[in-house]
Amino acid sequence: MTAIDFSQKTVEMINVVKKFGDFVANDGINLTVHKGEVHALLGENGAGKTTLVNCLYGLYHPTAGTIRINGRELNVTDPNVAIQNGIGMVHQHFMLVEPFTVTQNIILGRETTKLMGILDLSAAEKKVAEISERYGLAINPRDKIEDISVGSQQRVEILKALYRGAEILILDEPTAVLTPPEIQELVMIIRNLTQEGKSIIIITHKLHEIKQVADYCTIIRRGKYIDTVEVDTVTEQELASMMVGREVSFAVEKKPQKRGPKILTIDNLVVEDNRGIQALKGLSLELHKGEILGVAGVDGNGQSELIEALTGLRTVRSGKILLHNKEITGALPKQIIDGYNIRTIPEDRQKRGLVLEFDVAENLVLETYHKKPFSWRGVLNHPEIYQYADDSAKEFDIRPANPYLTAKSLSGGNQQKVIIAREVGNDPEVLIASQPTRGLDVGAIEYVHAALVEQRDRGKAVLLVSFELDEVINVSDRIAVIFEGKIVGTMAAEGVDENEIGLMMAGGTS
Amino acid sequence: MEAIINDIGFIIGTTLMYSTPLMFTSLGGVITERSGVVNIGLEGMMFFGAFVAATVAYYTQNPWLGFLCAGLGGAFLGLLHAIACVSFAAEQIVSGIAINFLGPGLALFLSRLFFDGATQTLTIPNKIPLPLHFLFGEGKLFKSAGFMDLVFNRFATVYLAFLLVLLVWFVLYKTKVGMRVQAVGEHPEAADTLGISVYRIRYGAVIMSGFFAGLGGASMSIAVVSRFSNTLISGHGFIALAAMIFGKWKPQGAMLACLLFGGAKGFEIFLGAKGVPVSSSLLAMLPYILTIIVLVGIVGKTTPPAAIGKIFDKSGK
Amino acid sequence: MTLDAAALKKKFLSGSIGLTLISIFLGFALGAIVLLAAGFNPLEAYWVILKGIFSRPKYVSYVIIYATPLIITGLSVAFALRTGLFNIGAEGQYIVGAIVAAAAGYFFKLPLILHVIVAVGLAIIAAALWGGLAGYIKARFGVHEVISTIMLNWIALYLSNFVVTLQAFGKQGTGKTYAIQSTARINLLSDWKISEAGIEFIRSHKMLGDVLKSPINVGFIFAILLAVLVWYVLNKTTLGYELRAVGFNPHAAEAGGINVKRSMVVSMLFAGGLAGAAGAFQVLGVSHRIAKLAAMEGYGFDGIAVSLIGNNTGAGSVFAGLLFGALKYGGSKIQDAMQAPTEVISIMIGIIILFVAMPNLIRLILTIKANRASN
Repeated sequence: MTAIDFSQKTVEMINVVKKFGDFVANDGINLTVHKGEVHALLGENGAGKTTLVNCLYGLYHPTAGTIRINGRELNVTDPNVAIQNGIGMVHQHFMLVEPFTVTQNIILGRETTKLMGILDLSAAEKKVAEISERYGLAINPRDKIEDISVGSQQRVEILKALYRGAEILILDEPTAVLTPPEIQELVMIIRNLTQEGKSIIIITHKLHEIKQVADYCTIIRRGKYIDTVEVDTVTEQELASMMVGREVSFAVEKKPQKRGPKILTIDNLVVEDNRGIQALKGLSLELHKGEILGVAGVDGNGQSELIEALTGLRTVRSGKILLHNKEITGALPKQIIDGYNIRTIPEDRQKRGLVLEFDVAENLVLETYHKKPFSWRGVLNHPEIYQYADDSAKEFDIRPANPYLTAKSLSGGNQQKVIIAREVGNDPEVLIASQPTRGLDVGAIEYVHAALVEQRDRGKAVLLVSFELDEVINVSDRIAVIFEGKIVGTMAAEGVDENEIGLMMAGGTS
Repeated sequence: MEAIINDIGFIIGTTLMYSTPLMFTSLGGVITERSGVVNIGLEGMMFFGAFVAATVAYYTQNPWLGFLCAGLGGAFLGLLHAIACVSFAAEQIVSGIAINFLGPGLALFLSRLFFDGATQTLTIPNKIPLPLHFLFGEGKLFKSAGFMDLVFNRFATVYLAFLLVLLVWFVLYKTKVGMRVQAVGEHPEAADTLGISVYRIRYGAVIMSGFFAGLGGASMSIAVVSRFSNTLISGHGFIALAAMIFGKWKPQGAMLACLLFGGAKGFEIFLGAKGVPVSSSLLAMLPYILTIIVLVGIVGKTTPPAAIGKIFDKSGK
Repeated sequence: MTLDAAALKKKFLSGSIGLTLISIFLGFALGAIVLLAAGFNPLEAYWVILKGIFSRPKYVSYVIIYATPLIITGLSVAFALRTGLFNIGAEGQYIVGAIVAAAAGYFFKLPLILHVIVAVGLAIIAAALWGGLAGYIKARFGVHEVISTIMLNWIALYLSNFVVTLQAFGKQGTGKTYAIQSTARINLLSDWKISEAGIEFIRSHKMLGDVLKSPINVGFIFAILLAVLVWYVLNKTTLGYELRAVGFNPHAAEAGGINVKRSMVVSMLFAGGLAGAAGAFQVLGVSHRIAKLAAMEGYGFDGIAVSLIGNNTGAGSVFAGLLFGALKYGGSKIQDAMQAPTEVISIMIGIIILFVAMPNLIRLILTIKANRASN
């Protein structure tokens, strides 16, 4: 079944170092990949995986170290060099020009032209269709990117690399945006590619995917090379402890639940997205005190719009939101925060959560600056604000504990702590947490999960929205699956069948 | 009857004349903004171009040489803008404001040196020619001051401006370079990963926009009038900028918007020439009011290039 | 100890004030090169400018008079910028303020101080609405304020030129309005200066007399007070907190319950009011009337430069305004003294702004210098 040709080393990265100023992102990393091999790069967020492959692809220039492609030493000065040497890359955030067609995107930088640089699109379309067919990618070359699904966009990215004759394909977190069935399709495509003799480097932090698809795995921790292992010889547990550097328990510690009465009711909610297309198509949910309700689903099924509707940032077209059986639909953000005490940990902490240029103290009072004791008659009381910030930094373990530092200067985990201190510190009735652990390392993830569980144990209601199915299952008491703007099923989290949820997330019925 | 037709011809003719400088500059705006760089320095570039054109045309007696040098003068300021915005990640609007001090500053500084302390040039001996006169002789093709003559017997710059609209449209939508410019303006990181130099494309586009703005200034100082003065350009660069947005960042749209603004000017001049007792100030205000009203109506339905005004900085990552 | 000094120096140079001072230095240096290239002795030119600023008390008071409107329009631009809005419209708001002040100053018959308050107050209100309109259009329709304020500038200019032609307001054909009533003027001792005692005083007291020869007025004091007000509102009040939050990150501000759209309008109302005050003080204190404008006077555009050079703060605007006023006034003297074009000042200002816009470049230069020094 395996197609590895051990006689041919396609990629060798030896002792690669990459520094950004004083920060060492890669500190002597080794990576060897053979023809027909799927090689996983495993590491936590910020461990330096993407930096390493960016060096391979010529987007960064390594500070030290050697790169050999097919046995030949190569100075990858820019992506053109990488492309010429058969390296292709599919980025985590797709590198596609939205208003362009599939063909335009694929040929960009390698345009087929007639005389004097005039584009020959029809010739290009033919060639794109050909390659698409050969690898079973099912792409229409004339579709515009903005009109096709995320899964198709990813296949366009793969096609883009193949069009350039890629023999070595780098996939950066390819499954993050896919539904479970789409992931299975991707696995099939990867198998097809290795059968054709391509080498694949796949970046991920999902252990079961490595077990499923990769032959070898290189582990990186805080920029340092840890080990390269044959995947079949290790367990997921062993991979995890190599990645984190200590024993990791996947289970979240929880006391038995004391479920209280219903507090928040969402009834038949209809909301449109920015383009005016219905994102929520009659979504209904009930949230009780003393529970964590997890909303599972793939990105783009209406989660963002749900959060925005609940927090007053998005207009509700029809349907109702009730708090304690009192309708609060259409309330302004300020009312929801102050009046109803519904607080939110937003999905994008740097965009919605923090004013990065403000200092920690100013961020901590973002929702309370207009109240006593932080201000009086429109004049701020700075001593009170900084005193409060000092106390919060201690209570929530924000490091460094200096309220005068700008939020920008904190690490991702500590930025999230500032947000949690602000939202939880105000003792909310309902806490909404959207993707609260995105981009955090394991220690910070544990901290966030503990904070959510603590709210639940104090009898408060928590609504958790996450694209990580594991997180939803581990943290929640109940799980609601969202698909295309509707809840397609609700179940208790304990003893839940992961495959069943996976199917529901993709719109299948169980 | 003939008088009315001639009047219409007069209005169309002046419209074409006054639209031309705007069209050149506005096309420059289209090019730079489609590559993702905002350029409110168009005004300063146009100002400088107008001065260079008149000065070179005065000393060499060759208007075409003046025209070309005006483009180069504008391109020089474009280069400064590009260095600031593309290489050194400057706030694009701030850099544009600097250009709007530098362009007029340089123009008037040099004007005082070359023209004995005056902030205007002397009258140039030869304006940009009327190609129909050149080809067919004066009054041969159309009856002098008749409708056809008023509309079609225009400076060469007028014809050039329309040709340039066609050219920019073609390059932007039908060629490799144009596709790259658009890609860089929409998603520079994507272009970068495909080995396209974002810096090079943006440098090219910004310098080109300066060149076009310089031509726009020239078509004011050595075609519409025959000298440069310190109040000649006042605001035309900004109007060209508005026309570009009005025209939804498309060359053909910008052209139509420029014709609209030029038409307002043409109408104003016509009424003035006829002695109609309407305040010229109120008439002059109209295009600006119209722009605001139209923008209020259309914005939201138009999408500027996605990466516009955003700094692309590889080293920072 | 020396190490501390070096560290301190490094910190200062890489801070915003240090970067601004380096930009100003580079502006002067490149200005000198331009003068040199044009065949003038830059040292002589700068000496003439320096003498033109400081050699007589009258000159200094003229500098202050020149600087007053620039400081205030600078404050206007700075205020809006702190909310993330680029107020290119200070020019038009200034014009609107000037129109209303001139009208109120001429048409109303009111007692001394009240007349000034009414004229300035109305000018501020009108200009605030003019600026607020751009804020409203942005908040409601999403039209970028740079575009709408550019349009509003020209509308204001032509409005001014139209008003000047009105029969009731000015003598036909003169292209200017009647002068405002003496009760609306904010000049110091203007009546006394032309009285016999005044003339005698000016003749006999060299220093003070010289100062009094300029149209000194209380506008500068107001400019300082407005700078303090801007600093206080932005840094000490909940309103300022909201506006700054919106300026830095409107998305987070909105999620935190701050009304972003309202903040945009409020910010532009403030900015407009400030620019209008600049126009009003200029009319009440210096020009006493408005006249037909062939082109923009540039007080608003210069205000953008002042704000940018002053790092968008109250105190910064005062210093940058004085610098700009001094250069404008002192720079005008090199024309007569040595036939060197005064526009070298515009070039210098342009260069300074260009460098202010490129902190990356200055940091690069500093690093290269530091590396060379250490090698």
